Amino acid sequence: MPERIPVVEKILSANDRLALENQARFEVARVFAINIMASPGAGKTSLIEQTVRGLAGRLRVGMINGDIATSYDADRAQAAGATAVQINTGGACHLDAGMVRSALGQLNLADLDLVIVENVGNLVCPADFKLGTHQSLLVASIPEGDDKPYKYPGMYRGVDAVVINKIDLLPYVPFRMDFFKQGIEVLNPGVVQFELSCRTGEGLPAWLDWLERQVQTFKTA
Amino acid sequence: MLYNKGLLTQKAAAVMHELAVTESILEIALRHAREKNARRITGLYLVIGQWASIVDDSVQFYWDMISEGTIAQGASLHFRRVPVELACLDCGQNYQPSSEELVCPHCAGTRVQVRSGDELRLEAIDIE
Ligand SMILES: Nc1nc2c(ncn2[C@@H]2O[C@H](COP(=O)(O)OP(=O)(O)OP(=O)(O)O)[C@@H](O)[C@H]2O)c(=O)[nH]1
Ligand SMILES: [Mg+2]
Ligand SMILES: [Zn+2]
Repeated sequence: MPERIPVVEKILSANDRLALENQARFEVARVFAINIMASPGAGKTSLIEQTVRGLAGRLRVGMINGDIATSYDADRAQAAGATAVQINTGGACHLDAGMVRSALGQLNLADLDLVIVENVGNLVCPADFKLGTHQSLLVASIPEGDDKPYKYPGMYRGVDAVVINKIDLLPYVPFRMDFFKQGIEVLNPGVVQFELSCRTGEGLPAWLDWLERQVQTFKTA
Repeated sequence: MLYNKGLLTQKAAAVMHELAVTESILEIALRHAREKNARRITGLYLVIGQWASIVDDSVQFYWDMISEGTIAQGASLHFRRVPVELACLDCGQNYQPSSEELVCPHCAGTRVQVRSGDELRLEAIDIE
C-alpha cells in the first residue's frame, strides 16, 4: 500500500543553494555582480561593451558570458577592456548557478569591482535560475515590440532595472512606449528604467552613473 | 538550411529548461524517499503556476528518460496547475489577467500583488 509523504520543496532549491554560495564569493571579494537577461539580439553584448568603455578608469569589469555555441560575445567584451570568461552552456537555454560557479574559478575576483553576467538570449526561463548576482537587469529593445511584458511576465517581475535599448529606431518602428511601460509598472512597480541607444550613445550616461552608484554603495556598505 | 538549423537550436534550447527542472524533481524525490527507507516511489505531486514556464509534456518526456533504473521508475507524475491571480491594491478585488491586459479590469489600477501563479514545487510523493 503506497504511503503519501509531504515534501513541499521548491523544485529549483538546489540551484538556489548554489546561487547563495556564489553570492558569498562575490561578497567576500567585495565585487558587485549583475545578471543581464534579454531576448536574442536585444543588445546585451552591445550594452556590456558600452559599459566597459564608459566605466574605463572608474571600475574594473569582468564579464561572464553564456552563449550556446560561440565565444563571439566574450571576445567583444574582452576587446572593449573587460576580463571575459566564456561558459559552455552545453546548449542550455539559460545559465544556472553551477555554470557561474565554474566561471568564477577562471576569474580573479580580487582584481575586479564589477562582474557582468550575460545570460543566454531567451525570455522564457533565465529568470527562474538564480545565479547569485546582487541584481538583475532586463534589456528590452524597440524592434522586439511593445507587448513583451505581457507575453513574458515572469522575466519582467523579478528584475531590479530595465534598459529599453535601440531608441534610435523609434522613428522607424511602431512602439507604444505608454503601453510597454504600463505592463512593466503592473509587473514590477517603480522599477528603475533607462531609455538608451547603444548605437548613438544617447541615454547611456544615466545608466552608467546608476550602475557605478550601485557598485560604490555596495562597496561602502 | 540556416533557417532549419535555427529552429532546431531553438527547440533544443526550449526542452533543456525542462530537463534541468526534471533532474531537480528526481533528486528531491529520491532524497525524501531515502529518508523514509522507501523501496519504491509510485507517484509525484507537482504544483506548477501558469507563470512558471514549464510544459508538462516535456517534463513527462524527460522523466521517463531519467527515472529509468532508479526506484522512481514508472512513477506517475500528477500536475496541479495554478492559475495566475492578481490582487488589485487600489480597489481590493482579485482577478485573473488576460494575455493582453494586466491592469485591473475593475478599476484600471496598476498597483497589484501576485497572489498565485509562479509556484514550482514538489508537494508530496507516494512511496512503498
Ligand atoms: N539600431 C541599433 N542597433 C543596436 C543597438 N544596440 C545593439 N544594436 C545591434 O543589435 C544587434 C544585436 O546586438 P548584440 O549586442 O549582439 O545583442 P545580444 O543581446 O548580445 O545578442 P545575443 O547575445 O546574440 O542574444 C547588433 O547588430 C547590434 O549592432 C542600438 O541601440 N540601436
Ligand atoms: Mg550577446
Ligand atoms: Zn482594481
